This record gives sequence, structure tokens and C-alpha cells, in this order.
Amino acid sequence: MLVDSSPEATAAPAPVIPRRRHLLRSAGLLASFAVLAVIAVLGIAVGAKQIPLDQVWHGVFHYSGTDTDVIIRDVRFPRTLLGLIIGAALGLAGTVMQALTRNPLADPGVLGINAGASAAVVSAISFFGVTSLTGYVWFAFAGAALVSVAVYVLGGTRSATPVRLALAGTALTAVLVGYINAVNLMDTAALDKMRFWTVGSLASATLPTVGQIAPFLAVGSVLALLLARPLNALALGDDQARALGARLTRTRVLAMLAVTLLCGGATAACGPIVYVGLMVPHVVRAITGPDMRWILPYSAVLSPVLLLGADVLGRVVARPGELQVGIVTAVVGGPVFIYLVRRRRMAQL
Amino acid sequence: MAGRARRVTVVRTRGGLSVRLDVPAVVAGLVLLAVALAAAVALIGSGDYPMSPAEVIATLTGGGDAGQEFIVQDLRLPRVLVGLLVGAAFGIAGAVFQTVSRNPLGSPDVLGFAQGSSVGALVAIVYFQAGTFAVAAGAVAGGVITGVAIFLLAWKRGIHGYRFVLVGIGASAMLYAMVLYLLTKANIVDATRATTWMTGSLAGRDWDQLWPLAAVCVVLVPVLLFHGRPLRMLEMGDDAASALGVRGERVRVVVLLAAVVLVAAATAAAGPISFVALTAPQLARRLSLPRFLKGAGRGTPLPGPHLLLSALMGAVLLVAADWAAQRLFGADQLPVGVLTGVLGGGYLLWLLATERKAGRI
Repeated sequence: MLVDSSPEATAAPAPVIPRRRHLLRSAGLLASFAVLAVIAVLGIAVGAKQIPLDQVWHGVFHYSGTDTDVIIRDVRFPRTLLGLIIGAALGLAGTVMQALTRNPLADPGVLGINAGASAAVVSAISFFGVTSLTGYVWFAFAGAALVSVAVYVLGGTRSATPVRLALAGTALTAVLVGYINAVNLMDTAALDKMRFWTVGSLASATLPTVGQIAPFLAVGSVLALLLARPLNALALGDDQARALGARLTRTRVLAMLAVTLLCGGATAACGPIVYVGLMVPHVVRAITGPDMRWILPYSAVLSPVLLLGADVLGRVVARPGELQVGIVTAVVGGPVFIYLVRRRRMAQL
Repeated sequence: MAGRARRVTVVRTRGGLSVRLDVPAVVAGLVLLAVALAAAVALIGSGDYPMSPAEVIATLTGGGDAGQEFIVQDLRLPRVLVGLLVGAAFGIAGAVFQTVSRNPLGSPDVLGFAQGSSVGALVAIVYFQAGTFAVAAGAVAGGVITGVAIFLLAWKRGIHGYRFVLVGIGASAMLYAMVLYLLTKANIVDATRATTWMTGSLAGRDWDQLWPLAAVCVVLVPVLLFHGRPLRMLEMGDDAASALGVRGERVRVVVLLAAVVLVAAATAAAGPISFVALTAPQLARRLSLPRFLKGAGRGTPLPGPHLLLSALMGAVLLVAADWAAQRLFGADQLPVGVLTGVLGGGYLLWLLATERKAGRI
């Protein structure tokens, strides 16, 4: 592993050590990028129909409308692209959220964003007769956005302590889940559709969907990366952060905005894929230590590795069918996560 | 936590026995108990054959006619008692989890126990089309196996609160994925049944479900209450607590095991009713106390985990939710789990909105 967690290194670092760690971290980030590139190629090459690599190349760069070209261009390429941007979005959102609420349990579920999106989608299905995934997207996004604003207002805009935010999110989730369950139990047809959306899948990706979602995710990602320093200050506690000149309210509002854009967009596109954003930041902190300037880029690169890897795996194990990516991420990510928790002292928030 | 001056009365007898009486907490407890009993009477009185509270009490004390006798004793009383016990079990277990994990979100449904029970129950429903008893057995098996697994995985020279939470959410992730997978594999009839079970319901509960749960509660609730004060000391950190003679590790293991078994028993009786375990301890801590109780400022949250208050609050929440569900939607149209979230969450939101002062969390 990349982390130098021996007690000597943390106790009295010689001036050489920080530089070495800096180099190590940069190298690690480059290596992660390389892994991501490999996984992305796999995502295009592997699937129910086995396509040789030269034909994959042909399909991406010399499109001529053969069957394999169509599979590559219209199915696997958008799917991989969606996986890339959704993965990065979930990782960044989870990281920002855990830093903002200083709670290791924070994920899109905790601030009620998933519940908001799900409640909007179930309403769309049950009351407005929406059936297409492209139709869900805007409902999900509106629901997510509405709920995050509500959480921030209820959490007390001025006195929004981390715990208050988390409690407001959980309380709102409680109310919304009650509503979702009620609709599902009264309307069996809605349940029949919802159970496949809730799992979280990349299968329905199309280039138009990617195009619709990308702007939101791009703005959210940039915002999240720019928040690295203020979030570092937040980690010291409110008083210390103020003393360092951090503007708490502004940081919190911007962080909530970033999280809403990222989670709302991701959830809208492929259902609530929960645990990527929850787990990746913990794994990353074990590698990089507590500095947000490293955690954020690492999360943005490693989350799509997990998501795309899980997606490819789901296509391989269940050929010619597939396992939804949300299931694979949890079943594969869970043991890895628990192993890491046991192996080292996780960096506390 | 609130460190304000509180009135604690110490009662001493000549025999050398002394009891600390935390007056505000005792008053709050009595109020909650009264509310729980009132809600229970109201719940027994509601349904297709409505009865006034007076009739209910008369029937309970043996003064009703044969019809009322049957309706109360055979149909509604066991259901209400199951509701009270399930609510109390979830409330007290939630308080234990939140204290040990040092996280207001550390509840059985966040740490994977509810999901473990759900996997067990769904396997019974989806693969075996099992009856009520087998589903309950599946839930207990799933919950207990999950609990033991999380314990073993989190154990490393003791149970460290933070590690326990992280292992719990890791396990929760995997188990929830299995739940969703089972739901997509089921036919729609089984999926609906599974969803109903996972929402949690008191409909049709009778004496058969009550006795095992009652037995578990009678044994384990006192065990937990006995550990209330050591738990509160552990909130100061292990070092301070051990200076006062509290063995942190032992206390944690005992209370967590007891809480896991309680949650499993309650889940088997009524399904994994969500948010009772999460919100009841929070609400219990925030009970606003009347002004005439000097020593407790109005609205001062009670310090530390109040296990008994959490249990009472859980019972109140669940029974009140069941009553409200019957009033709003007619008898057994919607399972109680739909409303526990709405009520508990709504009340917590209202508290958050009205608690203007910062730092009152």
C-alpha cells in the first residue's frame, strides 16, 4: 500500500519525508488513472457478446454500422461513459458529504437526497404515468434538489452543525420513505417498476442521457474540487476554522450545492447507487491521510474504478444476462471495505 | 451534551439503601408512560367495531359483554401489547447502539441488523413461499447471524465504537444489495408481500407472537437498564470511565449482544419497522420539561442515554403510529411502518425547526 503509517513517520517527520509522501501520492494518483483507463477499455470490450479488441477499436473510431459497431457505439460506449462520470460524481459527493457533516456514515442516503429522488420517481410512475427512464430523470433531479434545500433550511442555515444536518436529512428521509412505501403498497404496478430502478443500474445508458446529466456533474465536480481547502479547515472544528479565516456558512452552502448537483445527477441517471460514495472516501483516506486536496482527486478516480469494475463483473458472472451494478458494488465493495476497516485504524473525521 | 445544573434528589433510607432520583427524568418517564397507556387504550378501541375508552377499560377489567370480551382479549389486546413491546425494544436498542457507536445515526437499520433480518425473511418468502412462522424464524436467523458476524468482524482487541460502526455499514451495504436482488428475482405477488413485511406491520398479531417477545424483553430489558449508568460514564471516554470502575469492553459487549437479540425478537414479531430505533432515543433526549422543574431549563435535552425513556418513547411512537394509521386509512389498509417514519421523522423535524438555539443538538 501507499501509506506510510508507521508510528515513526507520524511522530517526527524529517523534512525529507513529506516530499517523499508527496511523490508517492502523485505516483499513486497516476497509477489510479492508469487502472481507470484499463477498466474503461474493459467496460467497452466485455459483455454478453464477446467482441475481439480490433473490432472494438473499429466500432469506436471507424463506425460503419455493423452489428458489433452498433453494440459498441450505442450500448457499451455510452454505458462506460456514464459509469465514468457517475462514478466520479458519487465519489466526490460522498467525500464532500463526509467532510461537511464530519460523519463517517454520511452518504447520499443520509442527507435525504436518495429518498427525495425516489419519492419523486415513484410519484412520477404512480400519478403521472411516466414509464421511460428519460422521463424519470427530471423528476429525480427535482426531488433531490428540493430535499437538499429543505435539509439545509431545516438544519438551520445559520446554526447548521454537522449533526443537525445529518439529523434533518435522516428525519426527512423517514418521512419520505413512509410515503414511498405507502405508494408502493397501494400501487403494485409502481412497485414493479420501482424495484428495478432502486437497484441502481447503468444498463439504460444512452448518449442523450449522458448529455443531459453531464453539465450538472461537471459543475458539481469543479465546485467540489475547489472546496478542498475550506473543507480542510472545517475538519478542525468550527472555532478553529473561523480563526483560520474560513467562511463556514459559505463553505457549507457551496458544499451542499455541489453534493446536490452530483448526487441528484447521478441518482437521476441510474437510480440510487448508494455505497460507492459511502465507502470510497474511507478507502481513500486510508491511502492518502486526511488532506482533502488529495482525498478529492483520488476519490474522483477510484470511484469510477469501483463502479465500472463492478459493472463489467456483473456482465461477466451472469452471462448472458447481467447483475445490476448497484448489487455488485455492494457485494464486492463490502468485504474490501470491512477488510480495510480491520487492517488499519481508519482516519477519523 | 447539556452540562447544566440538574436537580438530582438522593433518597436515603435508614437501612443504608440510597437511590438517586433524577426528578426531571422521572417526571418525563411518568408522562410518557401515561401517553403510552392512553394510546394503547385508544388503539384497542379503534377498528371495525369502535369502542369508547370507558368500554375498553371496563372490558379489560372484566366488565364487558361476551362480544367485547372476544374482540379485546383475543384480537386487539395481543396486537397492542406486541406494539408496545416492539416499540420499547426498538427504542432501547436504538439508544444502546447510538451510545456505543457515538453516532446519532447508529441504529439497527443503519448498522445492518434490519437488513440481515430482511434477507432471512425474504429468502423464506421468495424461495420457499413460507408461512408467517417460518418468515419470523428466517428473520431471527438472519438478524442474529448478522449480529454475530458484525461482532466478530469488528472485534480487534475489543469493540471500538468507530470500527463497529464502519463494519456495520459495510455489512449493511452488502445485505441491502441482497434484499434488492431478492426483490428483483421475486414474482410481483411475493415482492409485494416482502415489501409489506419489510415495512413492518402489527396487523393480525396475536398471543403466539407476543409470548416469545415478552420473554426476551423480561430477561434483557432489565439487563440493559442495569447498564444504563456505566454506559453514560463511557460517553466520557474509556479512560475516565475506567477510572470510575467501569469496564468499558465488558459493558459494551453485554449491552450490544442484548440489543441485537432484542432487535431480532422485535423484528420477528412485527418486521423491521424503521426509524423507531433511530428517532426514539433522539426524541427522548429532547423532551421539553415544564418550567416548574427548577434545575432543568425549559427544553434542555437530558444528558446521556436515557434507556428507560427511549424504551417508553419507542412504545409511544409505535402504538400512536398504529392508531393514526387506522384512523387515517381505515383498519389495516396500510402497515404501521409507513407511519412510524412519517411521525418520528416529522416530530424530529419540528424539534429541529423549533430548537432555535445553536448547540442544542
